[in-house]
Amino acid sequence: MMAEDYGNMMCGIEIHQQLDTHKLFCNCRSCLSEEGHGGIYRRLRPTTSEMGEVDRAALAQFKRGYGYCYESCPGTTCLVELDEEPPHEVNAEAMETALIFSEMLGASIIDEVEFMRKIVVDGSNTSGFQRTSLIAVDGSVAAVGRRIGILSVCLEEDACRKIDTKDGVVTWRTDRLGIPLIEVATAPDMKTPQEVMEVAQRIGTLLRATKRVKRGIGTIREDLNISIPEGARIEIKGVQELRMLPDFVGNEVKRQQGLVRVKKILAERGTRVVTDTAIDVTDLFKDCGSKIIQGALRDKGVVLAVKLSGFAGVMNGDNKTLRLGAEMAQYARTVGVKGIFHSDELPNYGIDQSYVDALRRRLGMTEQFDAFVICAAREKKARDALVLAVRRANMGLDGVPEETRDPLPDGTTRYSRPLPGAARMYPETDVPPTVITPQRLDRIKVHLPEFPEQIEARLVKQYGINAQQAAQIVRQSRDDVFCKIADEFGLASVAATTFQGTFAEMEHEGLDTDLLTYDDLYQVFAGVRGGKFAKEAIPAVLREMIGGSTLAAAVKKLGLSAVSDDDAAAAIAAIVRERSGFVRSKGLGAVGPLMGPVMGALRGKVDGKKASDLLQQEIKKFLAH
Amino acid sequence: MSYAQFLSSKLAAAGAVEGCMLTVATGGRTYRGVLMPHHEFSGHDIVILKVKSGYNIGIRVAADAEIKVESQPVEHHRPSEEGTVKPGLKNLVLIGTGGTIASYVDYRTGAVHPALSTADMINAVPEIRDVANLKAQVLFSIFSENMTVPHWQKLAQAVADELNAGADAVIIPHGTDTMSYTAAALSFMLGDVPKPVVLVGSQRSSDRPSSDASSNLMAAARFCVNGNRAGVFVVMHDTSGDDSFAVHCGTRVRKMHTSRRDAFHSINVPPVAHLDRDGKIEFSGPGRATSAAKAVATTGMNQHVVLLQFYPGMDPELFRDVILKSKGVVIAGSGLGHVNENMVPLIREADSRGTVVVITSQCLNGRTNLNVYNTGRDMLAAGAVTVQDMLPETAYVKLMWALANTNSPEAAKEVMRTPLAGEMGDRRLV
Repeated sequence: MMAEDYGNMMCGIEIHQQLDTHKLFCNCRSCLSEEGHGGIYRRLRPTTSEMGEVDRAALAQFKRGYGYCYESCPGTTCLVELDEEPPHEVNAEAMETALIFSEMLGASIIDEVEFMRKIVVDGSNTSGFQRTSLIAVDGSVAAVGRRIGILSVCLEEDACRKIDTKDGVVTWRTDRLGIPLIEVATAPDMKTPQEVMEVAQRIGTLLRATKRVKRGIGTIREDLNISIPEGARIEIKGVQELRMLPDFVGNEVKRQQGLVRVKKILAERGTRVVTDTAIDVTDLFKDCGSKIIQGALRDKGVVLAVKLSGFAGVMNGDNKTLRLGAEMAQYARTVGVKGIFHSDELPNYGIDQSYVDALRRRLGMTEQFDAFVICAAREKKARDALVLAVRRANMGLDGVPEETRDPLPDGTTRYSRPLPGAARMYPETDVPPTVITPQRLDRIKVHLPEFPEQIEARLVKQYGINAQQAAQIVRQSRDDVFCKIADEFGLASVAATTFQGTFAEMEHEGLDTDLLTYDDLYQVFAGVRGGKFAKEAIPAVLREMIGGSTLAAAVKKLGLSAVSDDDAAAAIAAIVRERSGFVRSKGLGAVGPLMGPVMGALRGKVDGKKASDLLQQEIKKFLAH
Repeated sequence: MSYAQFLSSKLAAAGAVEGCMLTVATGGRTYRGVLMPHHEFSGHDIVILKVKSGYNIGIRVAADAEIKVESQPVEHHRPSEEGTVKPGLKNLVLIGTGGTIASYVDYRTGAVHPALSTADMINAVPEIRDVANLKAQVLFSIFSENMTVPHWQKLAQAVADELNAGADAVIIPHGTDTMSYTAAALSFMLGDVPKPVVLVGSQRSSDRPSSDASSNLMAAARFCVNGNRAGVFVVMHDTSGDDSFAVHCGTRVRKMHTSRRDAFHSINVPPVAHLDRDGKIEFSGPGRATSAAKAVATTGMNQHVVLLQFYPGMDPELFRDVILKSKGVVIAGSGLGHVNENMVPLIREADSRGTVVVITSQCLNGRTNLNVYNTGRDMLAAGAVTVQDMLPETAYVKLMWALANTNSPEAAKEVMRTPLAGEMGDRRLV
């Protein structure tokens, strides 16, 4: 897609970054646990609103008995997570980090920070609310060649992790609950998918420059707010992989463009709101070969159908760029059906033309743009699903509905729920306010961490590595360990190559390099320095360690245990002998071509320089005979 | 901390009241938002505004700041209707006393207020109307640490009046800190009360979706409607989850945790009953069925009673005045009920002057027994009264009642030794 295809799209990002401190309101460690224990059953009751009334729909749902089950984890949860003890005072280090980061964005910091309770009744917070505070407003970040506005920086607590949903009970693990998060929201200043990624990357690098943030999958999550002219504001919640951001933005713009076209087409046709209700057409499909339909009928299901006048061709048409049908199916699936079939995609899926024709006759479809949608499931479910599918089809008349969407692994999104209204917030009276004195801010300003570009310049100057390498090291926030390796082992160049080339390759292979800790990397380079294995073995060792091996296990598995010079020389001599003709004809010119087989045979047990020296020596010996 | 003088003058001059929309121009910036109440721990030069995003922010106001009121607060009228009476359902009366369970939050300001109207209380749990007809009255609006003996007396009389006026049961939302004292007081004052009288509290305020207030109230209502048990009880969470509730005998229950939902435990006896989340009741033993008898409140209390906890090194000189000036003393002794040997002469002197000294144990669990060791035998010889496995707090309440409703220390001692409301027992199960 060309750049101008994004027209006047607007995109803002909200980044949620976990901090590497203890939890925000208790002294539990901020890390996840492999196992959850126990299962405390709780319900969250819709509370009376500001007007003293209870939301009837929410109350009806409560009365139906939806409950939550909370697992605890020794070491990472205590009574505070279980909502059995009031919050302690806010974690000082987390607050300090939020202030430092706000200063780095040049934002105006609030004089006295007040924590709020933001009502959330999906069970993800045991209390039924998330504790959150506004720390700063009106900052900016330099990226994509201009200044991108920062609307707000908040300090808040992370929510529980969803483990399972069974029989109306959602199981949540409380280990993640209470981990401090910095939430930073940009203005809708990004104009292309690429800009979105670059801005997110820049903010991520600034966050890591505080040296107090967590790393690894799931420790930073992005929400995207995207709209195009004539489209609507769409929120994509919880993207975990930065490199996927352009895909989500690009696909969302295309989706909205398609829906805007659908709206225009329907308007031109004069299509009206569908008011038809579903009719039972089970008899028509008794002998149909579709597996889905047969499965539904065996499960005491029915086949229901609704006529959609004026919707032909927009549910799946124009080379799959008009996809109202996909939206309808996503709505329908929220009631638990496997899916729907609509006339734009049939005949297919084991439903052949004769069934389509029979259904068209039954529904009285005579006009050019008449269409239909069917659903096979138990009657109540099928009826509910079709009500939603028809509702979503009708929404197509108005273009793009505002909604919250979930990111999918392929870079597309799925309808999740309508855009929430203004958040209901009220003061968290259990947590005293934090006064931010001018003296404290002065102290923070004086001790601001180095900005990424300052670190890069320092690395280039001090260690003689190139700018791209320095940028990569800083982006990965590996500058501390890099300096240590360079200073202590004199391996600046090797380390720079590793952090640039090797890390990029591993990430490309889908490996999570964030799993490598400071200590892991320090030990690997200590091994190289100490002659335990050659620098050429570093990539293989790191891959093993990402897979969960210790350094010692990786060295053992790769057969890297040290080789004496004599053994190495003997192995090289054998290679020279095997290629005697070639060596005789090339003389010392054979060193270059033979380095490959030699390094292969030595498998990283000997440093390249030493191998080259030994090879020259063996060739000379051989030629001398 | 209150506002600084200059700031309260500025706010007053601008005509600013909580809930109004303000603009504050200070330090080169202008803020707009709704004025919130000043937090006790806020800086004295800080005003708190709720800004458009819903967040509250504290703004340091300079002496030359400009404050302007943009609009006055919007008044929300809280609904005051009461439900219709459904024939066939039992009639429950809620008597509000205050505490977390009967508080509501003004979401606009975040301030916690005691429920002032009957509708406030019933509206907190509208589904309770599905199991019973409800009438409510607010007797007090106080936190339970501020309860006094006259409050207990007034409450007992109100309960008796409601029962005699036709209520099938009385539910008393109550602060949890001293709920067990009130339960004990009502147990003795109401004696053989013919209907269930249930105190119920909550450990999480009802503004929170996770509050235990509504489920505890609902469990209390179901116990009243379906339990067919007369007496004074406390109903609270039995576990940390919202799926299990315990009914405790009013004289045997104690708050054993500062914050957990399942803070209330029956001591030395199993709970009277358990309820599951669907309201199914399982009793642990037989009890008194409800009847059509009249309720009588015997509310006399002698307030010259103290509750002391023995500790190593307790100095009789320090407590001499306190003990001799009292008509009754309850001591939570160590172990089987002991005090140190220096305290024994003081007990003897108190007894000889007509002060009743009752011994309980700070172990809470288990029965006192002063026959086992020398000190104990000396205490008995000095006139100390033991009351088996009665809780210290229950003994304190009972002693006030016993002294007021008998005419001699000896008679009061006899009342203390006699079980009246399930408060003591001679058998503790393994």
